[in-house]
Amino acid sequence: MWSIFKKEINTFLNSLIAYMVMAVFLISMGLLVWVFPDTSIFEYGYADLGIFFNLAPYVFMFLIPAITMRALAEESKTGTLELLLTKPINESGLLIGKYLAGVALVVVTLIPTLVYYFSLSYISNPAGNVDTAGIMGAYLGLILLASAYTSIGIFASALSDNQIVAFIIAVFISFIFFMGFSSLSDLEAMSGLDIQLEKLGMLAHYDALGKGVIDLRDVIYFVSMTIAFLGATFWILKMKKWNS
Amino acid sequence: MSIRVHSLVKKFDQQLAVNNISFEIDKGNIVGFLGPNGAGKSTTMKIITGTLPATSGKVEVDGIDIADDLQSVKELIGYLPEHNPLYLDMYVHEFLRFCGGIYKLSGKKLNNRVAELVHLCGLEKEQNKLIGSLSKGYRQRVGLAQALVHDPSVLILDEPTTGLDPNQIIEIRHLIQSISKDKTVLLSTHIMQEVQALCHRAIIIKEGKLVADQPVSELTHEQEKFTIRIELASAADLIYWTTHDLVNDLKKITEAQYLLEAKADIRKEIFQWATQNNVDLIGIALEKGNMEEVFQKLTKD
Repeated sequence: MWSIFKKEINTFLNSLIAYMVMAVFLISMGLLVWVFPDTSIFEYGYADLGIFFNLAPYVFMFLIPAITMRALAEESKTGTLELLLTKPINESGLLIGKYLAGVALVVVTLIPTLVYYFSLSYISNPAGNVDTAGIMGAYLGLILLASAYTSIGIFASALSDNQIVAFIIAVFISFIFFMGFSSLSDLEAMSGLDIQLEKLGMLAHYDALGKGVIDLRDVIYFVSMTIAFLGATFWILKMKKWNS
Repeated sequence: MSIRVHSLVKKFDQQLAVNNISFEIDKGNIVGFLGPNGAGKSTTMKIITGTLPATSGKVEVDGIDIADDLQSVKELIGYLPEHNPLYLDMYVHEFLRFCGGIYKLSGKKLNNRVAELVHLCGLEKEQNKLIGSLSKGYRQRVGLAQALVHDPSVLILDEPTTGLDPNQIIEIRHLIQSISKDKTVLLSTHIMQEVQALCHRAIIIKEGKLVADQPVSELTHEQEKFTIRIELASAADLIYWTTHDLVNDLKKITEAQYLLEAKADIRKEIFQWATQNNVDLIGIALEKGNMEEVFQKLTKD
């Protein structure tokens, strides 16, 4: 598992993927939060990072599938998956290694954005007057969300040997789970089920964490999403082997 | 017994890829695994390495059943798959270290092993290059190094020399020979000279069925005809032999060279005849049977 993790991290660093992901995320977020007048904190006038935490899930919705789309698709296409599985690595070790590498890349990408928090705290009036608990809760939510996205991305990557197909499937599933359910719950026809339906989606749990109250139920929701998709991927790999 | 395959069957939907194959390979042997394309060689190898599950039958490696403890078997086997899949965006050194890491080698042990492999497989100059930039022969060496990283007792090589130039083929053959002293090697190939040069035994399969499992020397001698090459110091009359009971055919190659096809090994008789008739015989040899002919005979429809 750790050798897979190390290999994945090396691949991220040796190819341009890691730098691309970080640069795209940080530049787009920096522009949205601090520069573009429509969304910038200076125009908004309130010392809060709501705009960052509202937009980051949508950027991750595309960036994370871009990181994970090759995870299994490429290995299976080039035959290296077969090679790995003849070595003392089992499917679960392989998946967990790849998953952890993806999450690690996302966490590292998020670290520079802590500067936003400190800058905000400095420019707020009086200085230091920011909702620290809310921001930390939102960071936790973002990391948990990224973990679920990563797991979905790896799942999609197991479905197809084609990276583009894997990317599109991953974006679609992430989209449905992030906001599909809460949007559906707004439909008139769903009026009886709206609360239950909304809770199925990630947005409700993400928003709840962003309020600064870390409810174990929200954490468990994201952890179970992650485990469910990794588990499904595990079974796909097994089935592929048995049906081949 | 290093590898024991017992009534192995593999079905893909309705198609029988491997049909009740059994064989055993002793420690220290190099065994050639032959058969026409699609005969089930790769499938059998994949089953032994645990990549594919068998439909029925039993495979044991060093006494361990792969159905019981695949993880331990994986540690015993070094496998070079057919198309030699490698990470093209990794450096040779990095890739070997990664493979060693999977087998839980670390620190000094890993460094030493990688250095040893680089030397053994002749990759000194290439070790700091990207695998994607290597030629096919060097990639094949990386594949072999990868299979050897944990010093396995059983090596399974699926067509290790396809696509290489003649020099590279000989180099890879030497490499296999030099590492196989205390290992069991099962290798598949389409090159018959390779089997004759390298293998102690040949297992030939056709349409998933075993058609031969014999030492190479026996296989090539099994045919009923004996071809004897006769060399004379000067031209002589061999008319006597054309009418001999045991002789099928006498071919004249040059004035002083003949190829005699007989029903039995009659070298002794020829020698006696030569001394009695004052024929200056300077060479007499039994031509080795041709592995290609054997292969064709056994695998033709």
